[in-house]
Amino acid sequence: MRQEVFMAGMGGQGVLLAGQLLAQAALEAGLELSWFPLYSPEVRGGRATCTLVIADGEVGSPVVGQPGSVILMDGIAVDNHLNRVRAGGLAVVNSSLAGDEIKRDDIDLVAIAATDVAVELGSEQATNMVLLGAYVQASGVVEAQAIEDALHRVLPERHHDYIPTNVAALQHGAQLAAEQLQ
Amino acid sequence: MPERQLITGNEAAAEGAIAGGCRYFFGYPITPQNKIPEYMSAHLPEIGGVYIQAESEVAAINMLYGAAATGAWAMTSSSSPGISLMQEGLSYMIGAELPCVLVNMVRGGPGLGNIAPAQSDYWLATRGAGHGDGRCLTFAPFSVQEIYDLIGQAFPIAQRYRNPVMILADAVLASMREPCVLRERLDPPEEKPAWAVGGRRRGRQRNIVNSLWTDPPVMEEVNLRIQQRYEEAAQNETRWTEHGADAPEILVCAYGISARICQTAIEHAAEAGIACRLIRPISLFPFPTEVIADWAQRVKKVLVVELSMGQFIEDVRLAVEGACPVEFFGRTGGVLVTPEEVAERIIEIA
Repeated sequence: MRQEVFMAGMGGQGVLLAGQLLAQAALEAGLELSWFPLYSPEVRGGRATCTLVIADGEVGSPVVGQPGSVILMDGIAVDNHLNRVRAGGLAVVNSSLAGDEIKRDDIDLVAIAATDVAVELGSEQATNMVLLGAYVQASGVVEAQAIEDALHRVLPERHHDYIPTNVAALQHGAQLAAEQLQ
Repeated sequence: MPERQLITGNEAAAEGAIAGGCRYFFGYPITPQNKIPEYMSAHLPEIGGVYIQAESEVAAINMLYGAAATGAWAMTSSSSPGISLMQEGLSYMIGAELPCVLVNMVRGGPGLGNIAPAQSDYWLATRGAGHGDGRCLTFAPFSVQEIYDLIGQAFPIAQRYRNPVMILADAVLASMREPCVLRERLDPPEEKPAWAVGGRRRGRQRNIVNSLWTDPPVMEEVNLRIQQRYEEAAQNETRWTEHGADAPEILVCAYGISARICQTAIEHAAEAGIACRLIRPISLFPFPTEVIADWAQRVKKVLVVELSMGQFIEDVRLAVEGACPVEFFGRTGGVLVTPEEVAERIIEIA
């Protein structure tokens, strides 16, 4: 098993955190993995990406040209990266911030209005969790519960108040993905 | 299975150094290696060590000189422009036969460049170390675990050969997170080396640590001693790994992050019917010349992959000695290559 997921969005959307949670969940599941971030120097509004490779043996290259799956959190990410997904792969995209032009016939495409869902749940910042929940549901790479557990490990103690909102967002995302893939 | 922790390459470098016996750190901040001084500033004082944020890289390397002269196990870390500033101090340390460890998390250059991953400091690492005939013993890890393991070994190696040891990595290895198994922290030896300065206690002759030898035959003597140690290092510390086909058509040579990328690239090439073997030097100086020379006799072509315009390729060419064509693939300025692109290049030259 070797699964690659590339995540992209704007700085502040929690691209790196989503990747770290998935990485932590894979670690706890006893898998090998490599997570690496690339982002511009701006504190807010720059571009943020990370690449996560999960394997049950040697990870090999942490750098991936054509990933098997992607999570794209805004329109620029969709424009830049949707076409990179390998045929037969998976894309989870935030349709709240991307136009109607999200099209690929040769991959599983899960389009979720993640920002709208997150706002309804009380925090726009949970957008990344809605998308991550959808991704975990659609890919089956780790158990959903493992991401919830990872929140406790990865988030600093002072942010643990946000965990219930994040868990709700993960679950909503998972449910929406399950409905779309039926 | 021993417990694995998900840490960055920077954290692995810092904790690996502490676990290997480092107790003194002098440095000046620069991206993408700031997590190393941050970690050291938090953890060295806890165990009676010393962390000093110097006023510049020039100051940091000279603090390192002073600490090393007393026999302390000391290090610094920086990224490309900062390592440039340390060249004079490195030359003085080599001249004074002083051990130390330094980490270079290479970023895009030349000049101030950017904070993206690059391998364009190969010459700086393996040829550099300022003026004179000295060089840094240089090791290039390719995973978070290997950063942790190698830097721990770097301190005794530096002591053994009385020479600076450089750990050469890049912005991807610095910031990436991978599972890492941590060891128990070791203390540095209590007994100081015979050459260390420490006053004239118990009536012993004083030691002098110096790189100024005005009499040329004496300076030549120092140089010959240093070269003798490099020869010993070549015998004892030359390291590499090999992956892939036993009867390859193409030999791929890459180090550090490029070698990781090539691991997957040669699998893609194998799927396209081209058998490749990957040789990854871990030690860049001393360089694993013999193994590359040996394989060069048995392949159609050699492909060198590096994140620069072609620096590492010179050592490969010196090893191949014209036995077969040596082709190049690389990007620079902070641009990465992908396994797919490397595989395409392999197919193109095969």
